[in-house]
Amino acid sequence: MLQDKDRIFTNLYGLHDPSLDGARIRGDWRDTKEILAKGRDWIIEEMKSSGLRGRGGPGFPTGLKWSFMPKEIGDRPHYLVVNGDESEPGTCKDRDILRHDPHKLVEGCLLAGFAMNAHAAYIYIRGEFVNEAAALQRAIDEAYSAGLVGPDACGSGWAFDVYVHRGAGAYICGEETALLESLEGKKGQPRLKPPFPAMSGLYGCPTTVNNVETIAVAPTILRRGADWFSSFGRENNRGTKVFCISGHVNNPCNVEEEMSIPLKELIEKHAGGVRGGWDNLLAVIPGGSSTPMLPKHICDDVLMDFDSLKEQQTGLGTAGLIVMDKSTDIVKAIARLAYFYKHESCGQCTPCREGTGWMWRILERMVTGDAEIDEIDLLLDVSKQIEGHTICALGDGAAWPVQGLIRLFRGEIEHRILKRKGVTGQPAAAAAE
Amino acid sequence: MSDTFEFSPENLATAQQIVAKYPEGRQASAVLPLLDLAQRQNSGWASDAVMDAVARFLDMPRIRVVEVASFYTMISMKPVGKYLLQFCTTTPCWLRDSDAVLAATEEHLGVRLGQTTDDGMFSLLEVECLGACVNAPIVQINDDMYEDLTADSIVSVLKALKAGETPPYGTQIGRQTSAPDGGAKVLNDMTFSED
Repeated sequence: MLQDKDRIFTNLYGLHDPSLDGARIRGDWRDTKEILAKGRDWIIEEMKSSGLRGRGGPGFPTGLKWSFMPKEIGDRPHYLVVNGDESEPGTCKDRDILRHDPHKLVEGCLLAGFAMNAHAAYIYIRGEFVNEAAALQRAIDEAYSAGLVGPDACGSGWAFDVYVHRGAGAYICGEETALLESLEGKKGQPRLKPPFPAMSGLYGCPTTVNNVETIAVAPTILRRGADWFSSFGRENNRGTKVFCISGHVNNPCNVEEEMSIPLKELIEKHAGGVRGGWDNLLAVIPGGSSTPMLPKHICDDVLMDFDSLKEQQTGLGTAGLIVMDKSTDIVKAIARLAYFYKHESCGQCTPCREGTGWMWRILERMVTGDAEIDEIDLLLDVSKQIEGHTICALGDGAAWPVQGLIRLFRGEIEHRILKRKGVTGQPAAAAAE
Repeated sequence: MSDTFEFSPENLATAQQIVAKYPEGRQASAVLPLLDLAQRQNSGWASDAVMDAVARFLDMPRIRVVEVASFYTMISMKPVGKYLLQFCTTTPCWLRDSDAVLAATEEHLGVRLGQTTDDGMFSLLEVECLGACVNAPIVQINDDMYEDLTADSIVSVLKALKAGETPPYGTQIGRQTSAPDGGAKVLNDMTFSED
């Protein structure tokens, strides 16, 4: 188990003072000027060798992403945009950073912004996080008053502004280009890529979009060193990570742990175990709602990291685990997610706009068995028509959980259909022929 | 009731501060923050006059403001009660029995999702994931999240609000925020050094 001395978010639960005074005692803003003095190349190289991969879902290497920004400022300013539109079902980690450890994020904005030649950062926070945004704004105000950000940030000579921007209830704005559209005052509809934000992002200027947690861990990595951070987790899956454990566990919680921790250990040590014991486990959605669920026998020994979960045809995503015990109506659980994606589709691409509705309606009928056996393959086909055929990944995120359901619980769906038809006593597999 | 709207002097100053966050000529970026500010002044909803005022203030075509307002769920296009109850029923909340929380509310208030009580106090809305899943089930009441709810505790919150009290938001079972119920298992012995 990760030791407290190696935890980055030492105020994750809000047990201590989140203000600047409290943050300084916990080590925030220490030697920031000296880190800046080491220069952009040093910062980016250190981030690269730390092995940090983005904490918002896809897991792109952070240092590499920063290096894509133009080396010199041309005729357009550079921007850092921080994605705090935390809305992926099962995920609530950035919320704790915003309200309890906001100075880590503000300091991270300065260091990351400096490294990519940006003089301004916009932090986009989901609209519902009113109190969290206010907590962050307090931290920013304190940082300005103390000269940590502003015209001469930390006495470095680098001018740096940090702004909070609240959204207004749209999951799609967590997609980076939809977020940029929203920040520009438009509907949150994703842009075609290329051009990528590093070339043409906010207001058509070079922009890097990073998740809250990604930016908030940067100062500690740069202070304690890439070697320290990369000493946790497996090759290609380095560092520590905030996990969110929700659903049918005895004590749902957030916790920062070492990457590559076994899923079972994470649930048993931190969340008090599965309700009714480990053998009462049905399935776990490992990384937020977009990642296909894992059956119990995989959960027995799978590791919580990018590569291990990818091998199991799912993903680490946001590291939001949704635990479901044997009492769960598994078809209903996924049908509810299908409704989520239908509701949140921005409506731009036909396969997603129409397909998410089709999937939801078929699944709702399958909850009660009011369907035909061959509709299972029809549902799978619809999901494949969506996957990979849309501008952004929302369509994929809608398709994958449905595919996961069919992969693992086809027999259960068949059973419900046959039961409703009054065909009983027949093994589901045989009946499907 | 005629639909008129003007920013109050205080909100006008706030609106100018908000616009100043964005580069010259990029004032459209302020459309969501200003719709939020204006609907707060207008009993919680964005009437035609609210959208007109925001469009004028930002020098945007009115249709662009309407387009934005209708895209985002937190901009209300119709009147809402004094307390907007937003029920999260997405899978993580549903697994922790958000259905019971919603059913208890509907029974207690005598209204259904999408409706407002006759006294104008409470509007009920189903929303998608509120982003506080380890404290499920959640109901957001105006700006505040009420967490770890049960059928009983939501009714207690509603009674308190009706009585003019301000029941503490956050967890309703005495937990420390997102730490496990019964106490944090980590971060309990932190000593912070100055070096």
